[in-house]
Amino acid sequence: MRHFKLIYKICIILLAVLATLLMSSVILMILGADIWRTFYTIVITPLTRVGHLTEVFVRMVPLCIIALGVAVAYRSGIINIGAEGQMAMGILGFTTVALTLGSLPKPIVLPLALLSAVLCGALWGFIPGILKSKLEVSELLSTVMLNYIAAQFYSFCLRVPLLDPAEALSGAGTPQSARLPSTIEIGRITGRLHYGIFIALVLAVLVYLFMWKTSFGYKMRASGAQSRAARYGGISVERYVTLAMVISGAFAGLAGGVEIAAVHRRAIEGVTNNYGFSAVVVALFGMLHPIGIIPASFFFALLIYGSTLTPRAVGVPANIVDVMQGLIIIVIVTTQMVLQNSYLEDKVRRSIEARLSRKEA
Amino acid sequence: MDLLVNILSMTVPFSVALLLASIGEMFNQRSGVFNLGCEGIMAMGAFIGMLVPFLVGHGGAVAGGWNWLGLLLAAIIGALLGLFFGVIVVTFRAPQGIAGIGLQMFGVGTAGTLFRHFVGGTQSIPGMADMPIPGLSRIPVIGPILFDHNPIVYLAFLFVPVAWYILFKTSWGLKVRAVGTHPRAADSMGINVSRTRYEALALGGALAGLAGAYLSICQVKMFSDELIAGRGFIAVALVYFGHWHPVKIMGGALLFSFAQTIQYNVQGLGIDLPYEFFVMLPYVVVIVVLAFTSRNQKGSPAALGKPFNREIRT
Amino acid sequence: MEEKIRQLRMEHITKRFPGVLASDDISLSVDEGEVLALVGENGAGKTTLMNILMGIYQQDEGRIFINGEEQHFRGPEDAFKAGLGMVHQQYMLVPNMTVTENVALGYKQAWKPLRLDLDMVKRRVEEVSSHYGLAVNPDAYIWQLSVGEQQRVELVKTLCLGARFLILDEPTSALTPQETDELIELLGRMKQELSIIFISHKLNEVKALSDKVVILRHGAVVFSGNTSDYSSSEIATLMTGHEIVLPENKEPDMDGPVALSIQDISVRSDRGFLALDHFSLDVHEGEIVGLAGVSGNGQRELAEAINGLRPIVEGKIEFFGVDIANRKPWYVIDHGMGYIPEERNIEGIVPSFAVKENFILKDSDKERFSRHRFLRRKEINSNAEQLKESFDIRTPNTTTAAGSLSGGNIQKVILAREITRAPKFLIAVYPTRGLDMGAIEFIHQELLKKRREGIGILLVSEELDEIMNLSDRIAVIYKGHVQKVLSHGEANKARLGVLMAGLKEDQ
Repeated sequence: MRHFKLIYKICIILLAVLATLLMSSVILMILGADIWRTFYTIVITPLTRVGHLTEVFVRMVPLCIIALGVAVAYRSGIINIGAEGQMAMGILGFTTVALTLGSLPKPIVLPLALLSAVLCGALWGFIPGILKSKLEVSELLSTVMLNYIAAQFYSFCLRVPLLDPAEALSGAGTPQSARLPSTIEIGRITGRLHYGIFIALVLAVLVYLFMWKTSFGYKMRASGAQSRAARYGGISVERYVTLAMVISGAFAGLAGGVEIAAVHRRAIEGVTNNYGFSAVVVALFGMLHPIGIIPASFFFALLIYGSTLTPRAVGVPANIVDVMQGLIIIVIVTTQMVLQNSYLEDKVRRSIEARLSRKEA
Repeated sequence: MDLLVNILSMTVPFSVALLLASIGEMFNQRSGVFNLGCEGIMAMGAFIGMLVPFLVGHGGAVAGGWNWLGLLLAAIIGALLGLFFGVIVVTFRAPQGIAGIGLQMFGVGTAGTLFRHFVGGTQSIPGMADMPIPGLSRIPVIGPILFDHNPIVYLAFLFVPVAWYILFKTSWGLKVRAVGTHPRAADSMGINVSRTRYEALALGGALAGLAGAYLSICQVKMFSDELIAGRGFIAVALVYFGHWHPVKIMGGALLFSFAQTIQYNVQGLGIDLPYEFFVMLPYVVVIVVLAFTSRNQKGSPAALGKPFNREIRT
Repeated sequence: MEEKIRQLRMEHITKRFPGVLASDDISLSVDEGEVLALVGENGAGKTTLMNILMGIYQQDEGRIFINGEEQHFRGPEDAFKAGLGMVHQQYMLVPNMTVTENVALGYKQAWKPLRLDLDMVKRRVEEVSSHYGLAVNPDAYIWQLSVGEQQRVELVKTLCLGARFLILDEPTSALTPQETDELIELLGRMKQELSIIFISHKLNEVKALSDKVVILRHGAVVFSGNTSDYSSSEIATLMTGHEIVLPENKEPDMDGPVALSIQDISVRSDRGFLALDHFSLDVHEGEIVGLAGVSGNGQRELAEAINGLRPIVEGKIEFFGVDIANRKPWYVIDHGMGYIPEERNIEGIVPSFAVKENFILKDSDKERFSRHRFLRRKEINSNAEQLKESFDIRTPNTTTAAGSLSGGNIQKVILAREITRAPKFLIAVYPTRGLDMGAIEFIHQELLKKRREGIGILLVSEELDEIMNLSDRIAVIYKGHVQKVLSHGEANKARLGVLMAGLKEDQ
């Protein structure tokens, strides 16, 4: 019984993993799919070829950057599910600067364009932040609404002000911007894998230092952990909550800029690719800590890429990844509560002890 | 005048999905549970609801009965998802906001997955026919606005007073209100807090499922990934807007659906704005309304969002 | 009428909570028409035991008998059926419902399939209230009622549900001395028809009302006997395990200058009404001013308004000559305010933060704990070790989450932080609520020590003994204004009670 606590925790976590797999399997069974091959396609196949693996890393970059921002917000007591919209705004900000100042030399225009992406994302994060801190508007609702608004605004921009002149001429009218000048490109390492991955890793270190080693981070975490105590302790909770959301939006905006600069090199529909929602799962799965978020973002990039292979390989729609992400959120929050429940732990411990002592007797 | 009648006669049927979902959410919240998964339950309801008439009625006209079966199945699946949410937030006491987001992703994802597998691409169904009320529908102005719709519209609006009666005049309503305001007191009076919350979640889920099926069977007559388009979240916002009262919620549902209807009448209104801005309008309205109402939450159930644990001493 | 409860017995009741043995092999019995006082310090396990009796908690071991028959209560409804009823210390009333609706929650006879028969419930309420002489208005909403009225509603509710055996958990804790006397008189009348268990730690009530007394300490029975055979002080000694004499403020007035001057302020409550209505009070350096009053008369709002946590509608607060009205909390803190808030678990500490992190809550960006915004880990650690030592905080180490400590230790964490910040003034709101005698003694000593150092203290409390022991002057608050300020020598319980009830002294 000495290691009870550890064994208990491991058992709970194993049960949670099992529950997730079981529930996903039920959906796969309804689809009549081969369960084992589906999981194999999603989790293992992408690891088997370099070409696949680089694609996983490509998806990891935005996931990691956004999830870091989501974690900063979550730790500060505000849940950001608006990263999808913030990312879209970031893309627009990046594209606008790239198109207008693209003729300037790269060392000037690339940072400027990225800065513009950051600012646009930050602005889109500022709105729910200030609405929550000044008017107590639930950020869960306002960020979702802002996602829809951003999506419409994004479509409008691609259709009208940013529309590629070539498209306008040809009359096809595919909503997309012109190809951006090479001065804003972030270089690639191999395949589509690009240097943006280092931006993500550096940001992870910075977030760690900021949140755990500075008094800013301390105050933000205090605001999130127990806002009343923080307020009684003289911390301007409203200011830090808004700031957290601004940072979170800035990260999402940056992710959008990097994605355009390195992968698409023009603004098109579908760039955000649900990364904003997946990043919430990544942040939770990574225990809201940079050290967890790096592997978590890899894992979910794997799932997201793997699921694009399933329609051809096993006839399972790619949406299966949304199902799994939803289930994983549910299982994570449930598991956390079970692990925290000292009453349950005590009960289990005592019933085991009673059984053991009965055996001895 | 014709234009206004036109807008209003669309406003009424378009408000039904919001109305049903937000009345359901009202029961959830009155019992103390904040269900952000409404969107996901609606998506599942919409898919299941259209699947039945789609599978049965390949090509030909579908007898109305299959539509009703679709609605019924949507309500059942909704209730089941409500109970599933209950397991997460009532039994395991997970934080409700983020768990709701999980349910939303799960519901929307599952509906999309199953839709691609069983239906494939965009497929429309004949859907439910309108049933003008004889006589009344002929009245000018009022007739087309109020009495020329499909049967679910009438039932949904009749349900508003019923919901009021359930909440304020029955013992179950009393239990729901007590459990959402002061669960410890309810518990000390011998009321099973968890059970009452499960019941409210099942009812709320059934209504959300129905609301989704209404969209796919009665309103749009097809299913797509973008069908629900945030209506589940708007429904949650409406509950705040309506201060947890069915009649005020109905008013809110009509207001939002009015904002939504405008996009279909842009040309008639003669406003020269890109149509994306009209699509945005209802979402902007939600944010503005939340900004004005969130601070003043007098009617809010005091235990909203707080899990109950008898053994934790306060 | 159902069978009378001639005898109720609890045998060998044991109940464990994680890390605590809340009830340790407890046995007791009550006969018809008897009043049993269940006495013990805070945290001794009295309420837990009664919750077991009501079926709210399930015992791990032990049995309950009524009239010799074993009972298995799975929930409160089973206990109601057996004729038990309990008035909890924190009233179990739904505030936005009427008295009738609250009773209806448990009155299953009125639960018709499609309709709730509120008229039937109302008749029952009126019947019970006239029978026992407990005046209540069945149509009033709970939030409209005073604490005393709410208690009457609780009694009526319990009796409406058919209780023939009453359990009262600290029934007098929120009442004025006069209301307490009335309640004791009422219970004296009721025991003709009912048996009663009442929980208390106030010995004069125990002596006045009970036939038998059972004393609990750390979850176990340490004594049981007939009340009349023992004196109050004998019971007191048994309750704490050793004789504790709380320190008293016997020192001469310091005659310091005014430190905090509250001038005619009005402040709104969460509900929007004026919780403070032209409230004025001065506190000098080196004196303790006790603010006495039934809780809910504006104490919370006063403390929050001074500390910048609640807007002030009108009026001024001068703090060492600076107007701090409507300033931000950090501004007030930086001007030397120390604050021990009412809800220590969520206002005083960040529960999920380590003890050492909680110590720097107000100073994370001060020179001492951070340089260029980067936290100084070594300094934070050594500060924590030092405070843990000097305030005798019982925690495995300073990285333990503060929320997992006991109430007394949490209060010590807060006290250590506030005092060592070298404040120029201290506001302590219910600083000893729910603590055991040892912790109370410690906190009282620390407050007196600060007073000797010349610091002004505003002490908000509902315990008259605490107020009278520590204060140089006593202000009585009622409905948001100061009824009267008495000097240490002028105050006695009767006089304070009259003032707390809102009466003028000549009435």
